[in-house]
Amino acid sequence: MTDLQDIRSSSARVMQAHDAKDVHGAHDAHDHHHHRHASNPVHTHGHHLLQVEDLSVGFRMYDPAEPFFAAKQELVNVIDHLSIAVHEREIVALVGPSGAGKSLLADAIMACYEPNVQVEGRIWFDGELQDAKSLAALAGGAIAMVPQSVASLNPLVKVGRQVQGGLSHSTYRTRDTHGARQPGKRKKHEKQGKREEHARLAQRQQELFARYGLAPSVADLYPHELSGGMARRVLLCCALIGNPRLIVADEPTPGLDEAAALRVLEDFRAFADGGGGVLLITHDIELALRVADRIAVFHDKTIVEETSVASFASPEHLQHPFSRALWHALPEHGFSAAGE
Amino acid sequence: MAELAPAQEPVVQTTLFHAPRSLARIISNRNVLLITAVCALAILVAIIVAGIVATPAAQETDFARRDLAPSLAHPFGCDWLGRDMFLRTLAGLSLSIRIGLLAAVVSALIALVLGTIAALGSKVADGIVTWLIDLMMGVPHLVLLILISYALGKGFWGVTVGIALTHWASLTRVVRAEVLQCRQSPYIAVAGKLGASRLRIAAKHIVPFVFPQFLVGFILLFPHAILHEAAITFLGFGLPPELPALGNILSESMTYRSTGMWWLAVFPGLSLIATVLLFDLAGGALRKIVDARTNQE
Amino acid sequence: MARYVLFHIVKCAVLLLAVSFLCFALVNASPIDPVQANLGQAAYINMSPEKRADLAAYWGVDAPLWESYANWLGGAMQGDWGTSLRYNAPVLQVIAERTVNTLMLMAIAWVVSGLLGFVLGIAAALHRGGWLDRIIKGYCYLLAATPTFWLAMIFLLCFSVLIPLFPIGFSLPIGVASSEATLLDALHHLALPAITLSLVGVANIALHTREKTIDVLESDYVRFARMRGMRPAEALRNGCWRNLLLPALTLQFASISEIFGGSVLVEEVFSYPGLGQAAVTAALGGDVALLAGIAVISAVLVFGGNLAANILYGVIDPRIRRGEGLHDESGRGDIAGIGGIRPSRRLGGRQFADRGEVIGRG
Repeated sequence: MTDLQDIRSSSARVMQAHDAKDVHGAHDAHDHHHHRHASNPVHTHGHHLLQVEDLSVGFRMYDPAEPFFAAKQELVNVIDHLSIAVHEREIVALVGPSGAGKSLLADAIMACYEPNVQVEGRIWFDGELQDAKSLAALAGGAIAMVPQSVASLNPLVKVGRQVQGGLSHSTYRTRDTHGARQPGKRKKHEKQGKREEHARLAQRQQELFARYGLAPSVADLYPHELSGGMARRVLLCCALIGNPRLIVADEPTPGLDEAAALRVLEDFRAFADGGGGVLLITHDIELALRVADRIAVFHDKTIVEETSVASFASPEHLQHPFSRALWHALPEHGFSAAGE
Repeated sequence: MAELAPAQEPVVQTTLFHAPRSLARIISNRNVLLITAVCALAILVAIIVAGIVATPAAQETDFARRDLAPSLAHPFGCDWLGRDMFLRTLAGLSLSIRIGLLAAVVSALIALVLGTIAALGSKVADGIVTWLIDLMMGVPHLVLLILISYALGKGFWGVTVGIALTHWASLTRVVRAEVLQCRQSPYIAVAGKLGASRLRIAAKHIVPFVFPQFLVGFILLFPHAILHEAAITFLGFGLPPELPALGNILSESMTYRSTGMWWLAVFPGLSLIATVLLFDLAGGALRKIVDARTNQE
Repeated sequence: MARYVLFHIVKCAVLLLAVSFLCFALVNASPIDPVQANLGQAAYINMSPEKRADLAAYWGVDAPLWESYANWLGGAMQGDWGTSLRYNAPVLQVIAERTVNTLMLMAIAWVVSGLLGFVLGIAAALHRGGWLDRIIKGYCYLLAATPTFWLAMIFLLCFSVLIPLFPIGFSLPIGVASSEATLLDALHHLALPAITLSLVGVANIALHTREKTIDVLESDYVRFARMRGMRPAEALRNGCWRNLLLPALTLQFASISEIFGGSVLVEEVFSYPGLGQAAVTAALGGDVALLAGIAVISAVLVFGGNLAANILYGVIDPRIRRGEGLHDESGRGDIAGIGGIRPSRRLGGRQFADRGEVIGRG
C-alpha cells in the first residue's frame, strides 16, 4: 500500500525533481516517467500535464492461425505497456507508421472505447490519477481532440453550431448545482441557464473564428462546403471552444499541401506557446520534427524512445535501432536503409 | 475502478479503463453459433420428414373425436371432422417448408443471376436490373402475389411461382453489392494483371467471396416465403382447400371463430411462428459466422 | 433542387406506367376467363347482349395485349377504369367508396407504427446489449415472425368473441345505413383492425430504426461528439437526430407498401369493407377491371410515398438542397429507393439480421 501511495503522489514530486535533473543534463534510462531529454533539454518549464504509464490496449479476437471452429478467443494487444508524457507549453509528436494503432492511444485518453476493447494502465492529468469516468468528464473540456478529417463533423448540421458543440451533460450539471433549490423554480432557471450558456458559446465561437481567419459566414456553411484548410481550422475551433489545456491531435495534416499543413501546425505551436500541451499523433516524421519539442517513436506496439527533437540531429543521440532507422530514412539523409 | 495487479508484478496498480463485456464473448462463440444453426436446420428437416409421414394420418377423419379439445392424446385438439390438429399442423408445416424451399431456390437463382449481371455487366445492365427491382417493389408484395397467382389460375403453381417471382429483389441487391465490392477490391485487379482469365477470377475469387452472404440470404428468404405462402393460401389464392396447408387450416378455423374452438387457430399459428423463428435463428447464427466483423464482437 | 425533384417525378411516372402494364398483363394472362367466371353472376345475367359483346371486346382474347392495354390506359386517363362485374358499378366508384375506409385504417397504422417504431428503435439502440434492447428486439422478432392474418384472428377471438369489447367485423353496425351511423360507430369498428395493423408494422420500423441509430452512433461524427464530452443520447439531441430523420423518412414511406399488404389481410379477417377486401373479392370472382384498378391504385400509393420520401430527402439533406444536385445519383437513388436500404456489405449483413428489406408480409 505504501507503493500505491507513492505512485499517487509521484508526479507531483517528479515535477520538482526532473527540472533539476534536466538542468544537470542527466540521462537516466530508468527515469520514472520513461522519457529522456537528450543533450539539450527543452522542457525546463512546466510540469506533467498528461502522463500515461504502462497503457495496454487489446482486442478480443480469434486466433487466426488455428482452424476456424477450433479457434479460441484471446486478448491481442495492439498497444503494449506504452508510456508517454506531455508537459505544458510543449508539443510531443507520437510518430509511427500508419495503421499501427497510434490512434487507440488518443481514444484511450479521450475515454472513447470500442465495445470489445480492453484498456488498462495509468493515466494522470495535471497530477491527478484518472479513471474512465474522470477522463470522460475531462473530454471536451480540459482535454480536447482534433480529429483527422471533416468526416468527424456531422454532414447535416451547420459548422457554426457544431463548433459551439451544444450543451454537454457536464455543463448542464454544473448549471444545475448553481441553480435554484426550489423545485418549482428549477425548470425556469435551467432554461435561463441554458440560454446564457448558448449565448456564451456562440460568442466564443465568433471570437475563435475571428482569431483563426474564418469569416463569420463560415458558420452557416455545411461541412461539405469547407475547403481542406478551412476544415482543419474549424476542427481546431471545435477543440478550443472548451478552453482546453491539452489538445490531442490525430493525424491533423493528411490531404493538405505543405503550406497548409505548416499553417495547421503553427496553430498548434501557438496554442502550446500560450501554455497548453499538444499530443500530436502523426506518421509524418518530417513534419513532426519541424514543429514538435519532443518525439515519441512508436514501434512494435509501444513507444521505444521518447526524446527531444534535437536528438534527431544525429543518430548517435538516438538509442533505439528503430529510431535510428527512422533517422536514416529521412530524405536529407538519403533514404538509406537502417545502418546498424 | 482501480485494481491491484498480481503480486509478482513490480507495478502495483493499474486502472482498468474498459473491458469487453463477458456476455458478448460467450454469445459470439463460433462453436455455439454453429451448433445453433445446425440444430435449427436439423429440427426443420425433421419437421419436413415427419410432416410427409404424417400426411395420410392427418387426413383421417374420425367422428368419434369430433371437436375434441386439446388433450394428451391430441395435443392440438381435433377439428369438426375429427382430424387430429397436431398431425394436420405438422403436415401443413412440412408442405409450407417444401414450397418455401422450391420458391426460395428459384428466387435465389434469379437473384444470383441478376445481381451478378448488374455488378459485372455494363452500366446499362446495372440500370435495368436496378429498375426492375424498383418495379418489383412498386406493388405491395401481397397484391403482386395475388396478381401472379391469379394470372396462373391459382392453385399450387400459382402460389409457388408467385413466391419465387417476388422474393428475389432484396437478395439481388445484396448479391450486387457483394460482387461489386469484390470486383473493386485490389486483389481482383492484381489477379487480372497476372493474367488470370475472367472465368478463373470469378471461380477463384468472386464466388467464394459472395457465396457465404448468399447462403445466409437464401436461408433468410424462407421466413418471407413461408409467411407469404400461408397468407396467400389463407386468402384463397394458394393451395387447394383439400391440402392440409397452414393457410387452409387457419382459413377453416375462421369459420369456427365464434364457436369457441380456439385451439383450431391458436396452435397451428404458434407452430408457424416457431418455424419462422427457427429459420431466423439458423440464418442469424450463420450470418454471424459468415460475417467477418463478428470475429471481434 | 428543381432538377432533383423533376428527376424523381419523371422516374416515378415511368415506373408507374410500367407497373400498370405489368398488372394489366398479369390480369390478362390468366386462364380464368372473366366472362366465364362471372357466368353465374347476377350482373352477367342481367346484362344486355350488347353489353356482353362490349365486355368480350374489352377483355377480348383476340386483341393483342398492347392494343388492349392502350385501350385501357386511354380510358383510365379519362377516368373510365372499366366496370366492376362483382359490384356492378364503375371501378373508379367502387374504389372511391372503399378508399376512405382503407385510408383511415392505413393512416392510423402508418402514424402509430411509425412513431412507436421510431421511439422503440432509438431506445433499443441507445441501450444496445442491455435488457431494454433485448426486450424490444425480442418483441420485434416475434412480431415479424407472426402472420398478420393470424394475429388479426387471435385479436378477434380474444377481444370480440371471448371478451366482447369490439364488434366482430365490418365498418358499421349491421343493419345501420352509412348515413345513420355515427363517427363513434365507425371508430369502434375501426379500432381493432387499426390496432392489429399498427402492432404488426412496429416490428419492421423499430428494427430498422435500431440499425440506423447504431450506424449513426458508430459514425465518426458521434464518436467525435462523444470525445467532446457528450453522451450518445446528448449527441442525438444535439443535431444528430437529423441523420436519423433521413433513413426514418425513407423507412416510413417505404412501409406504405407493407401496410397496404397487411391491410388486405386484416380487412379480410375483419370483413372490413376496404380496398384490400375488394381486391380479394375481385380476384376470387374474376373481376378483372376492379383487380387491375386496385393494383394500380396500390402502386400509386407506394410510388407516391416513395416520391414524397425522395423529395423530403432533398429538402432535409443540405448536400442535395444546396445545389450539388444530382451528384452520386445512383447511390442516393438506392438510399431513398423503395426498399430504402443502401446495399453496402455492412448493411447487407445487418439487413439480414432483421429479415431486412421493408417487406415483411406486405
